[in-house]
Amino acid sequence: MVLRSSLKSCLQLFCFLKTPKAGFRSTTSGGLIIQSISNDIYQNLAVEDWIHDHMNLENRQVLFLWRNSPAVVIGRHQNPWQECNLRLMRQKNIKLARRRSGGGTVYHDLGNINLTFFTARKKYERMENLKLIVKALKALRPQLDIHVTDRYDILLDRQFKISGTAAKLGRTTAYHHCTLLCNADKFVLSSVLKTPYKGIKSNATPSVPASVKNLFEEDPSLTCEMLLDAIAEEYATQHQIDHHITLVNPADETVLPGISNKTKELQAWEWVYGKTPKFSVSTCLNIAYKDSVIDVKVDLDVKHGRIEVCNIDLPEQWLPPALCSELVNSFTGSKFCPNEITTLATTLLRVCPQDDDTHSRWNLLCENMTMLM
Amino acid sequence: VCTHRVRSCSSIRFIKSKYVCVFDKSALKFSHQQRLFRTSAVSCGQIVQFKLSDIGEGITEVTVKEWYVKEGDGVSQFDSICEVQSDKASVTITSRYDGIIRKLHYNVDEIAYVGKPLVDIETDASKGVASEEDIVETPPMSHEEHTHQEIKGHKTLATPAVRRLAMENNVKLSEVVGTGKDNRILKEDILNYLAKQTGAILPPSPKAEIIPPLPKSETVPAAPKDKAHKIPVPVSRPVVFSGKDKTEPITGFHKAMVKTMSTALKIPHFGYCDEIDLTQLVQLREELKPLAQLRGVKLSFMPFFIKAASLGLLQYPILNASLDESCQNVTYKASHNIGVAMDTEQGLIVPNVKNVQVCSVFEIASELNRLQSLGSAGQLGMNDLTGGTFTLSNIGTV
Repeated sequence: MVLRSSLKSCLQLFCFLKTPKAGFRSTTSGGLIIQSISNDIYQNLAVEDWIHDHMNLENRQVLFLWRNSPAVVIGRHQNPWQECNLRLMRQKNIKLARRRSGGGTVYHDLGNINLTFFTARKKYERMENLKLIVKALKALRPQLDIHVTDRYDILLDRQFKISGTAAKLGRTTAYHHCTLLCNADKFVLSSVLKTPYKGIKSNATPSVPASVKNLFEEDPSLTCEMLLDAIAEEYATQHQIDHHITLVNPADETVLPGISNKTKELQAWEWVYGKTPKFSVSTCLNIAYKDSVIDVKVDLDVKHGRIEVCNIDLPEQWLPPALCSELVNSFTGSKFCPNEITTLATTLLRVCPQDDDTHSRWNLLCENMTMLM
Repeated sequence: VCTHRVRSCSSIRFIKSKYVCVFDKSALKFSHQQRLFRTSAVSCGQIVQFKLSDIGEGITEVTVKEWYVKEGDGVSQFDSICEVQSDKASVTITSRYDGIIRKLHYNVDEIAYVGKPLVDIETDASKGVASEEDIVETPPMSHEEHTHQEIKGHKTLATPAVRRLAMENNVKLSEVVGTGKDNRILKEDILNYLAKQTGAILPPSPKAEIIPPLPKSETVPAAPKDKAHKIPVPVSRPVVFSGKDKTEPITGFHKAMVKTMSTALKIPHFGYCDEIDLTQLVQLREELKPLAQLRGVKLSFMPFFIKAASLGLLQYPILNASLDESCQNVTYKASHNIGVAMDTEQGLIVPNVKNVQVCSVFEIASELNRLQSLGSAGQLGMNDLTGGTFTLSNIGTV
């Protein structure tokens, strides 16, 4: 039977996953290198989940290589409002994803490569992995001044961060993944990773900002493909396996049964926003209306991404009090999301008295509220 | 000592006849004594202090980030108990026991210590036995290589009861896709797997709603050498329906819609129906479409309908008016802000094109494009969604 080579690779992967005792061909089942053909952050995170949940890594290790189209990825226990400019991301169609590992926020685009080292829980060793990467890079370009810090960052020229690390430990398996900046868009990176939202109080894990640099800036002959190849080669050498990269399609249910459910879960609002640890917003809106500026004190408690408590302190009679309490009532329980709030506010407006002044004030107030989200 | 006692008791319980000889008489005597000793204490479960196990890399303390259980919850072995974080690593702590959570030793954001108790679990005396067996993840009594290998060799989550069911039916757990929490394999998954293999009728599980009758091909086994067609005999299956009524409060957008729709129903309604021959309009649009395209605008029929509505409203301004709540006064609106109903994830929204009375068809088309792309991206603003005076609903697209 003649098989297409991609199908063959997939079958190999499938066999590998199903019959741990069988080695295949020339490899001693000590390691496997796989690369995703997708650039979708959610699909790729789903592959990590799938391997973590389904593969038996007692006697073998896996290296997973992946790249994503523009996305901001926050850590498991972080607050996206604290970490990035969600407004800008919506305008630029940059996705937001929450990964399952800990750590801080990073920006991905096709100029950044991601590496995930899967091992048995007992063999979890981040330093070893990072040293492997440094060794591979130095073999490729000996003149590069790169080293690993004790915070598990990789620094270029002793000052610029080119890689950040995070990890996830389960019952029997663990993974350590990290980024590597080859040729990412630093301008977009710095603008999306700066939050415009003020007055947030939260116990979520904060990110530690760092100056970054692309390896491409140091050596313009470097490409992502070269880096991926060099790292795969070093991994193959250290694990005594073939330098062969198996391609993986994260949309293929036959090779990865159950993967589309995992992808859906990672895309769901309940995961991305709903898992934000509870936080409060305490701020003052300055609303300019007809030659005067009013101060509106706003206090919100947000839990599971929804407004649990809402207090809006308006100057007396600026809006009819009945309307005000309608607004507060309908916001309570709503998602902390500009689209949701806008839809609610505009729908409610349709039952309020038809005078232009009230309409304008209502619109202004609600618009300012959505600016907090 | 405790563990040993438990193990030997379990061996007596699950023993098959061929294994009796493995244990010498002294062991039997010992466990018999122990069993007597145990029965007196069987009435209350044991409280086990589940300690935070080693994370690796010399880490001694972590921060508790999220509890997946609360006091009083039942847990099974391998259920996730909590998520802790240490230095960029997020760790899922899973239960080693079946039982009931009796105490959480830390609150969220507190620091937990490796080696110190994390939760107290009350294990059921009999269940506790089974779960301790499974700490090593292999059923101790099974020497059937087939099952032994597959359970030891694969990281599959399944409770001891499910494993037994699989073993009894010669099902490889590795072949079954788990649909439970953390992809654990449930009893239903084994039954479904078996059904696929044999085409058998399954006993309805409590969660099942309607079990559709199996397709005919499954009930008639193929006879490859038999060239004559067998007449398939439809088998009627009992339709089992165990759905329940569900009541939940109306909140958010739906609540707001209840208000607006009820209010709208309070004023007098006027209905009129007509059919219009659009042949000429279709031709006109075909001619204008490429011109609009050149200027970056997608021209549908809506801009024409919107402009036509506005021209009509100029002749019948009463239709561009609104009544106050008591139906005492009517306000004739000067602007023709014509809304177009759009279906979104949130529900039905109506963004409107402002001042259609002074806009050309092209300008309307351009504005409509803007509203449509913002609408599908969920980014419509307050101004776009308020101030409408007249609405067009194209049911074909909604």
